[in-house]
Amino acid sequence: MISLAGRDILHSWGKFVFTGIGLGLLIGVTLTMAGVYRGMVDDANVLLDNSGADLWVVQQDTLGPYAEPSSIYDDTYRGILGMSGVARAANVTYLTMQVRQQVDGGTRDVRAMVVGITPDGPGHPGQPGYLVDGRHLTRGHYEAVADIAAGFALGERIRIRRNEYTVVGLTRRMVSSGGDPMVFIPIKDAQEAQFLKDNDAIVMQRARTAQNPALNRPGVPGLLDAVIASQSTNPTVNAVLVQVKHGADPDAVAEPIRRWKRLTVYTRAQMQDILIKKLIATAAKQIAMFLVILAIVSAAIVAFIIYTLTMGKIREIAVLKLIGTKNRTIAAMILQQAIALGLIGFVVGKISATFWAPIFPKYVLLESGDAIRGFVAVMVICVLASVLAIRAALKVDPAEAIGG
Amino acid sequence: MDKQYSDSSERGIRIEGLKKRYGHGDTAVDALKGVDMYVAPGEVVGLVGPSGSGKTTMLKCLGAVIEPTAGRMTLGRDVIYDDGWKIPDLRTLRRDKIGFVFQAPYLIPFLNVTDNVALLPMLAGKSNAEARKQAIELLKALDVEHRSSAMPSQLSGGEQQRVSIARGLVNHPPVILADEPTAPLDSERAMAVIRILNQMARQFDTAIIVVTHDEKIIPTFKRIYHIRDGVTYEEAGEGRGFD
Ligand SMILES: Nc1ncnc2c1ncn2[C@@H]1O[C@H](COP(=O)(O)OP(=O)(O)OP(=O)(O)O)[C@@H](O)[C@H]1O
Ligand SMILES: [Mg+2]
Repeated sequence: MISLAGRDILHSWGKFVFTGIGLGLLIGVTLTMAGVYRGMVDDANVLLDNSGADLWVVQQDTLGPYAEPSSIYDDTYRGILGMSGVARAANVTYLTMQVRQQVDGGTRDVRAMVVGITPDGPGHPGQPGYLVDGRHLTRGHYEAVADIAAGFALGERIRIRRNEYTVVGLTRRMVSSGGDPMVFIPIKDAQEAQFLKDNDAIVMQRARTAQNPALNRPGVPGLLDAVIASQSTNPTVNAVLVQVKHGADPDAVAEPIRRWKRLTVYTRAQMQDILIKKLIATAAKQIAMFLVILAIVSAAIVAFIIYTLTMGKIREIAVLKLIGTKNRTIAAMILQQAIALGLIGFVVGKISATFWAPIFPKYVLLESGDAIRGFVAVMVICVLASVLAIRAALKVDPAEAIGG
Repeated sequence: MDKQYSDSSERGIRIEGLKKRYGHGDTAVDALKGVDMYVAPGEVVGLVGPSGSGKTTMLKCLGAVIEPTAGRMTLGRDVIYDDGWKIPDLRTLRRDKIGFVFQAPYLIPFLNVTDNVALLPMLAGKSNAEARKQAIELLKALDVEHRSSAMPSQLSGGEQQRVSIARGLVNHPPVILADEPTAPLDSERAMAVIRILNQMARQFDTAIIVVTHDEKIIPTFKRIYHIRDGVTYEEAGEGRGFD
């Protein structure tokens, strides 16, 4: 027996290939949407991995430092260092802002997550682990290590707020949960950058303070100067990153910090929960909606195409039935065509998704598991979509082939 | 009636008192009001009648495509219909016992000439090679073998009709039903088709029923059934030219 489906496809291959490509682009979009979600989850995990921390110590009752603002005093880490089970602890600040780059004939602003770290070398909490090029931060001021996604070159001078920094090292895949590239600078600079005011604002604030009779008392020399000095320094950081001693249980180490320091402490698992379940939850639902709609649209398209192709063959189907073709053979013909369409679509979709994923500004992670799930979904959709056409074909009366 | 054929009646196709009513109640149409017919193996008979007289209906009943309302149909020794189907699998009956040739040669557009013909033996379980061999033989007999690898859309009307006849004959069915097989053809081609049908009937001992309006071919039948208002009348034809 020859393959009726195969012969029909060969005969009208143009129609099949073009429909398959159209369907394939749709499947490609669907796979990419799944990849966008996976990329977001992966970005979150990479963010946690790269911080090198076992525990995150943040302001009481906040979901900081990534999901909510958190602010704690920058000397807190000293107390934490003394607690049992703690190997290392370091201050860290996170601030998403524009970083200005000098390019020929002008400037370019790059949105980046500026991370303030203690310049203590690799392995220290908050330090980027692996550099693609250059060296780690060593000096306390005006050096930066940037992710290559930011597009900075080694030795380049970049501007964050009012200060200029020299790029001394480059990292890869160091991004915020929003996908912005990270730029590491010494924590002192970062603290300053977070609260740095422009000159006019400083002048204005000094004047306001001077006008406040409570702060500028005659007969108390030095009070005004002290107040102004305290206003222009920033003794806070966003979090303390803690590494526990080898073999220590992070939960056990976290408990006394919570109790004695009146701070909130998150373990790696809890932090992951915050980032994935809370921070990207809405985005994930958004993507899930897209996936559902795309699946429905693909199913409708396959059903419509297979139905139209079948309706175009009504007379041939009547003839086939008249000359004794079994219903099973006719149903198989339609089913095979639907599956062939799905196969073409999946191959085109997979190729196009692989092709365009790197062009996306944010990380798109195409997991082979998702591809397999997508393939199964496409096949199921094609089979379901052909049911309508098969039912119509089985209803065709062989008498139609004879005519009137 | 049919006395002169009674000796071979074991093998031909016979219908007796066949009735067909379309629809119910007020809108019912009695298309066949009790028709009789017998066609012996090797014989080509004409079935003629005015439009709406029930020719196609009769052919559809004979082809087990629609169910008659009453009467009896036998094919050789087998009772096919006796106030109800007597054969459970009509599809297989059609595949193995009945060849169809249509007015418009409904070939399958996505199969080439050989496979259009070979499809029937394939459906009957023959191997592809065997089925194609059988098809080629018949295409040779019908003088279209040189077009055997062409697609139907690349054939002339007459060639398509001959392929369609080959398809009707390929399983060597005992009965062939042809509905207006010459309608789209000029008189020369029409005569050629009739000649082929006569030749095939003799060669394969097939009973062939040709429904026609075509004045050109009516004189070629030795026997003609006239049908008018759902009733048949048998008549001797001129039987010109094909002995
Ligand atoms: N499916 C149907 N439902 C109801 N009535 C039908 C149906 N098919 C045919 N008829 C009626 O039965 C009668 C016989 O029809 P039939 O098609 O057998 O005629 P015919 O002899 O083949 O005519 P023609 O030469 O025009 O093809 C006609 O009156 C027709 O209207
Ligand atoms: Mg008719």
